Amino acid sequence: MTLLQVENVGFAYGKGRAVLEDISFDVPRGANVGLVGESGSGKSTLLRLLLGLDSPQRGRILFDGAPLDARDRGYMRGYRRQVQAVFQDPYSSLNPAHRIRRIVTEPLRSLKIPGDHRQMAEAAITSVGLTPDTLDRYPHQFSGGQRQRIAIARAIVARPALLLADEAVSALDLSTRVRVVDLFRQIARDMTMVFVSHDMGVVAALCDRIVVLDRGRIVEAGDTAAILKNPQHPYTQSLLSSIPRMPDAAQPQDPT
Amino acid sequence: MTLLSVENLTLATRDARLVEDLSFTIAPGERFGLIGESGSGKSLTSLAVTGLLPQAIRATGRITLDGTEVTGAPESRLTALRGSAVATVFQEPLTALDPLMPLGRQIAGPVRRRLKREGADTAAVAAEVRALMEQVRLPDPDRLLRAYPHEVSGGQRQRVAIAMALACRPKLLIADEPTTALDVTTQAEIVTLLLDLVRERGIALLFISHDLAVVGQVAERVMVMRHGRAVESGTAAQVLTAPRDEYTRTLVAAARRFDDALEGRG
Amino acid sequence: MSDTAAPATRRSNPIHWLGYGLVGVIVLIGLISFVWTPYPLSDMAGGRLEAPSWEHWAGTDRLGRDLFTQLMIGARIALVVGCGAVLIGGSIGVVTGVLAAFATRFADDALAAVFDILIAFPTLLIAMLVVAAREEASLGTAILALGIGLSPIVGRVTRILTKRVLSQDYITAARVSGTGWGAIVIWHVLPNIAPFLGVNLALQFGLAVMAEASLSYLGLGAPPPNASWGRMLQEAQGTVYTAPWGAVLPGLALFVLVIGVNLLADSLRDRFDPTRRER
Repeated sequence: MTLLQVENVGFAYGKGRAVLEDISFDVPRGANVGLVGESGSGKSTLLRLLLGLDSPQRGRILFDGAPLDARDRGYMRGYRRQVQAVFQDPYSSLNPAHRIRRIVTEPLRSLKIPGDHRQMAEAAITSVGLTPDTLDRYPHQFSGGQRQRIAIARAIVARPALLLADEAVSALDLSTRVRVVDLFRQIARDMTMVFVSHDMGVVAALCDRIVVLDRGRIVEAGDTAAILKNPQHPYTQSLLSSIPRMPDAAQPQDPT
Repeated sequence: MTLLSVENLTLATRDARLVEDLSFTIAPGERFGLIGESGSGKSLTSLAVTGLLPQAIRATGRITLDGTEVTGAPESRLTALRGSAVATVFQEPLTALDPLMPLGRQIAGPVRRRLKREGADTAAVAAEVRALMEQVRLPDPDRLLRAYPHEVSGGQRQRVAIAMALACRPKLLIADEPTTALDVTTQAEIVTLLLDLVRERGIALLFISHDLAVVGQVAERVMVMRHGRAVESGTAAQVLTAPRDEYTRTLVAAARRFDDALEGRG
Repeated sequence: MSDTAAPATRRSNPIHWLGYGLVGVIVLIGLISFVWTPYPLSDMAGGRLEAPSWEHWAGTDRLGRDLFTQLMIGARIALVVGCGAVLIGGSIGVVTGVLAAFATRFADDALAAVFDILIAFPTLLIAMLVVAAREEASLGTAILALGIGLSPIVGRVTRILTKRVLSQDYITAARVSGTGWGAIVIWHVLPNIAPFLGVNLALQFGLAVMAEASLSYLGLGAPPPNASWGRMLQEAQGTVYTAPWGAVLPGLALFVLVIGVNLLADSLRDRFDPTRRER
């Protein structure tokens, strides 16, 4: 059962060179798909298209069988109830003038979701590992890792079917990164996730399927295990071989 | 016969101590890694070594570089040290390079300064610049000499920054997160380049990073910093495979998590 | 990138209290003028050009009117003009500035150029044009003129501040949360530009008061019997050597108000900065 279908999507800003070309992939319901690419790969643009912030010039995106029409406001309201996002910079993604409660309940208000918003906010904030009194404070009182958790709480408060993450752990320290990745794993059990990242290690730890982007095109896609063990495309191969590894515990590594 | 000696270094502002009681040494030609997350004080330490601390931070303790004391030294003495004894490559080449100056002129700057310092003929500057560009493996030197920083890739900018650092013929090269802002494929190239260059020239290297695996590839000895204090030090192999300190163990475990995931041992 | 919260420092600045004090005194005097003044404004019973004394605390002008009364009413007028001009100029400026920030590249460049051209005109000149267009000099005209005169500066500052806010991820997050642009402007943009904008508006207040005094000095401001400080200066021109207090005192009053407002402006930023709450 496919939740998201991207079909031959192409996009360019203005009349410039195409940023994305002939992008096609599927996201089955319940899957965790990693979108891996370095700078200039087009992964951020693809994410914007999936969020309905821009429209593809070629091809189309299907969500739950229906085409994503970013210009149809009624449709988008329904779409946003189903699709939410977490962004890269924890210091820029929370409005410094708002209390956390206001930040976390914003999707509920804007999308007119019925129910007890206070209770839903509390449930969301505890599910990301923070205490309810967090809701009374301001963003500047929290660290990067905590802010990212708050951003995740905001993304899941409306119980979306699909969660999109844009380099959501890249700006975090190593020790925090591990904890937030674990949080994502936990959350991903109940929903479908598309995780955009340049970090293969993170994607490998989190996703069961990988789509590799190079300069606006998909060069390889498949199960994580298969790609890690047997990368087919030279770009994927060089990507994997370039990643510095920790020295082996058995044989201390001699820097070459 | 140490090249750099840091003894009981404490860096403090009016309200807080940013680095506390830090001590380490680097021998000539040695590759030393400083590992820490943000807020650990690692970058401040490198600024202290070159005498570039902001005004608001007071340094106590002793830093001796190439026989000269850095702590409390007047600016004139520090200026003489910078370039001849030590040069730095920073994290973000886009801000480390002058955006309004062609790359050729930027590399020529330190070259000219060094030639003047040695009393040599400044007519040799152009040849030296080309030689440096070759050594850092920059392709298409004719185009790059006239190009501006924003017209070339991040990896190429970092190579230019390395060329500028090498132009000074320093005894110690400080690299502060030099690969963090780069793509992973470019990272590997820059790391190899740095290693080759310092080995060929016998330059000592102070490599600062939060990425344990990269430090493991580059450094012989490492020190782990947390909240301004050194929590563990030793050989790279030892610290990264059998850490003793609690915090280091969490870091190493975290790094191994992602390593294992890449090996398919999710 | 750290996992510990960043500490914020609070500076309690005694200079700010001076600002509040100076402005407070003027406001108080202005308010009192509504219910009491030492003499009625048009009372010309006093001697001509008398020096300050127990009967006339600030002396009298060349028509025998009490100067202290005029100072008090001048305070009221200065405050009304300042507030009115800032209200008008602020409204026009903020609206145009926010709209400009949303404009697409070409329109944005054009609007930025318009702002810059208007700013290049002296505020006073624009004010004079408005007064001439209305063909009458009155307090209302002066306020309108000054408000229009200072709106391009407010517009330009608002545009820059708004653009900076729009580039933040929390705006994208709000859109993804389904928030419409109108709500984004009201709840996300305005609260975050308010601190800096507030400082700017406070400074414009001082400028408006000075500009009104200039207008009145030129005879373009509120006509008699409104006793603006500027008009007091104009009337005292001829006798500045024989009866200096007639010029010094309104000049001093202007100085006190404008300095006070400038000092206050700096403290406003700290007040409104959301990162200083609960620290």
